[in-house]
Amino acid sequence: MAAFTLQINGKEYKTDVAADTPLLWVLRDHLGLVGTKYGCGIAQCGACTVHIDGNPVRSCTLPVSAIKSAKVTTIEGLSKNGDHPVQLAWDEVDVPQCGYCQAGQIMTAAALLKRNPKPTQQQIEDAMHGNLCRCGAYHRIREAIQSASKKL
Amino acid sequence: MSTLNKTSRRDFIKITSLTSGGLVLGFSWFGTEAAPVILNKASLAGDVNFNSYLSIATDGTITVFSPNPELGQNVMTSFPMIVAEELDADWSKVKAVQAPLDKKFDRQLTGGSGAIPHSWKRLRTAGATARYLLIAAAAKKWNVDPGECTTANSFVLHSKTGNKLSYGELAEEASKITVPADVPLKNRKDFKIIGSSVKNVENKNIATGKGMFGLDFYREGMVYAMIQRPTAFGTKIKSVDDAAAKAMPGIIDVITFKNNVAVVGKSTWEVMKARKVLKVEYEKDGNIESTAGHNQLFISMLNSDKPTERRKDGDVETAFKSAAKVITSEYQCPFLPHSPMEPMNFFADVRADEVELIGATQTPGSARTAVSKLLNIPEEKISVTITRLGGGFGRRLKFDFVTEAAELSSILKKPVKLIWSKEDDMTGGSYRPAVRYRFEAALDASGNLIGYKLRGAGINVGNSTRENNFPSGAVDNLLIETVDHQSPITTGAWRAPVTNFLAFAEQSFIDEVAMAAGKDPVQFRLDLLQKARTTPVGAINYNIDRMETVIKTAAEKSGWGTKKGVSQGFSVYFSHQSYVAQVGEVVMKDGKPVLKKVYAVSDCGEVINKSGALQQVMGAIVDGYGHAMYGKLSFKDGAPEQTNFHNYRMIRMKEIPEVEAYFIDNGIDPTGLGEPALPPTGGAVANAIFKATGIRLKQQPFIDEKLFNPA
Repeated sequence: MAAFTLQINGKEYKTDVAADTPLLWVLRDHLGLVGTKYGCGIAQCGACTVHIDGNPVRSCTLPVSAIKSAKVTTIEGLSKNGDHPVQLAWDEVDVPQCGYCQAGQIMTAAALLKRNPKPTQQQIEDAMHGNLCRCGAYHRIREAIQSASKKL
Repeated sequence: MSTLNKTSRRDFIKITSLTSGGLVLGFSWFGTEAAPVILNKASLAGDVNFNSYLSIATDGTITVFSPNPELGQNVMTSFPMIVAEELDADWSKVKAVQAPLDKKFDRQLTGGSGAIPHSWKRLRTAGATARYLLIAAAAKKWNVDPGECTTANSFVLHSKTGNKLSYGELAEEASKITVPADVPLKNRKDFKIIGSSVKNVENKNIATGKGMFGLDFYREGMVYAMIQRPTAFGTKIKSVDDAAAKAMPGIIDVITFKNNVAVVGKSTWEVMKARKVLKVEYEKDGNIESTAGHNQLFISMLNSDKPTERRKDGDVETAFKSAAKVITSEYQCPFLPHSPMEPMNFFADVRADEVELIGATQTPGSARTAVSKLLNIPEEKISVTITRLGGGFGRRLKFDFVTEAAELSSILKKPVKLIWSKEDDMTGGSYRPAVRYRFEAALDASGNLIGYKLRGAGINVGNSTRENNFPSGAVDNLLIETVDHQSPITTGAWRAPVTNFLAFAEQSFIDEVAMAAGKDPVQFRLDLLQKARTTPVGAINYNIDRMETVIKTAAEKSGWGTKKGVSQGFSVYFSHQSYVAQVGEVVMKDGKPVLKKVYAVSDCGEVINKSGALQQVMGAIVDGYGHAMYGKLSFKDGAPEQTNFHNYRMIRMKEIPEVEAYFIDNGIDPTGLGEPALPPTGGAVANAIFKATGIRLKQQPFIDEKLFNPA
């Protein structure tokens, strides 16, 4: 076990866990931030996507010891009032079906729009390739990203 | 009113909190005719007959209890829409609450695309009754004829006097009025909410990461558990060496029960790590099967002399003997895991006096019954709280993960959160069964279908056919048979059970026969329907007119037979009481076919929520196409060869076709839509690929076929 101090969603969190514990399980089991989802555990589905210094990262394979002072943003901290343009677009386009993968989809989409506010359809599809949606809500995920992009 | 169940203390508390003010209508799910009753503190003191509630609080908030588990079929939104329509409610003041498991609810499960058809009239009656009571309360207050009052947007209005009162203001008074025996329902031409596009009521919670799924549930003092199950079907535990696992940090215990070795610890990660150092040896306990062996087995099953006859019309033997042409074809599909994004999990707290079960299940009632039997604890002492489900697709109709959690909690005497890893999910069984079909068709000299045979060979599927579905009824001489193999590999319902693959095989074969008959595939299907209409044979469980309408509409919307530059394929299927016709459009790119677009025309009767209905259709097409194209779970020595998303391919965003969806507006009472748009997709795609390439795809997944893997 080792003590870690993490910067998450603008707040400081302290946790005492094994150094190899993936950030996903620190968030979920130790810090009560359960918006970040466990899907596959091997970085293939994207349900666990968070931002590390603004970049989309799979938290299920990222050891807590690797984070150091980097800024972590989870779905809970993407916006103060749930009003990030991507979150608003998700409602406007009525994206979610079961909803389980959507936090990861939103985090990947938000990171994309931050570095490329006007992506082409091809660029959206490339960026979202790592996020699975078993309900097959891909049409509306893509449409919501395009909608959010127009408002940026 | 008859007495059904004594209200438990738990119910009483819940309802009294609802009745702190306003109108609470209890309505029955048992019969469509049963009238709602007003619930008040006095009536709650005794026995009550209700099993869902509609409450209107004095602040105008309208609450509908939704009994069915929500897994993405959007019932949490469509149920209150139906109530709000008849109630003329202000939609922004309506909310749905997931009801816990309660014996009073009839059919409290999610499966078979059945929630909406089951509840349609009950929900409308509840809304209409509440509206009647609110009008009566207002009319009494104003001393006017109730017939002169109207309602809109959660207000009762009296235009002659200009009087206006909100539902919240009237709720208390309405609760004192006698409930009428029956109330008229709206004419559908007056629908404002039903048939409109209403957004999922949970969108904001989902988009902000609220902990609403089973896996998100946490209770102070609970322990985490994962189970090592046999890696191969047909094996049992021979020996367990758990010393190293027990010595790992954070591990509380390792418990071997039945064929399970459970690692219990203080956190998920610590349990996952300890599991890796478990040493479990297994030994043979049944057949050890492989996909290669199944492939051989299917051939002998299709030639079996002991099939089960499912349907026989006319004289098949003579028809085939006299045929001018006979077409024979075989189609095969592999096992599939369900792959919901949220792996199986459940919380159980087994205490001396009561049991609490919390999590994501499609069948809370069956889960409770199973836990009751397992632990020998009466059902009355077991509560089930239903969380949102991160997908189900049929996997959560089984409740093995619930009984495992309960058994562990019972052994440990602690609250337990049982978690399956994604690998556990994929390798843990309950799959869509593998099936191989043989179709035979006899054509006369004019190209008429005079004989039809289907034999299904399946592994743990039972009846792998739908013997009264199309084309049954349209062929004079017909024989449908099945042969089933009992395997240790466990199977279960998978979105659109049986039809998820049968439809592809049948609709591909119908195209083969149409081609042999020299007829256009759409016209060939229409001719068969006309034959079923004019000279029907035996039982027909589909409506000929409705099927004909979706076929004609899909042909028209897709410009069937008139398009240049794309190859079209047709498919139509009836399942879960709904009709869906689809046209797939394929183009060639770098020598390979690419699916560009799917047209879908659905007849599910009245569409409740246009946005939700579109979601179901688009998602089902992506699902049907994705699994036909990529889905494969194969076995070697009894063990699945695919274990997680790195070697089990799922469709991704850049692989989806464009979808153009239409609905038949016929005002028929609504039928299911969670499943019916999936079965036709594989056939529409394969028929389009044939048109583009001349190659007939007969095995799923398509991606394994030579067409996609040129040498």
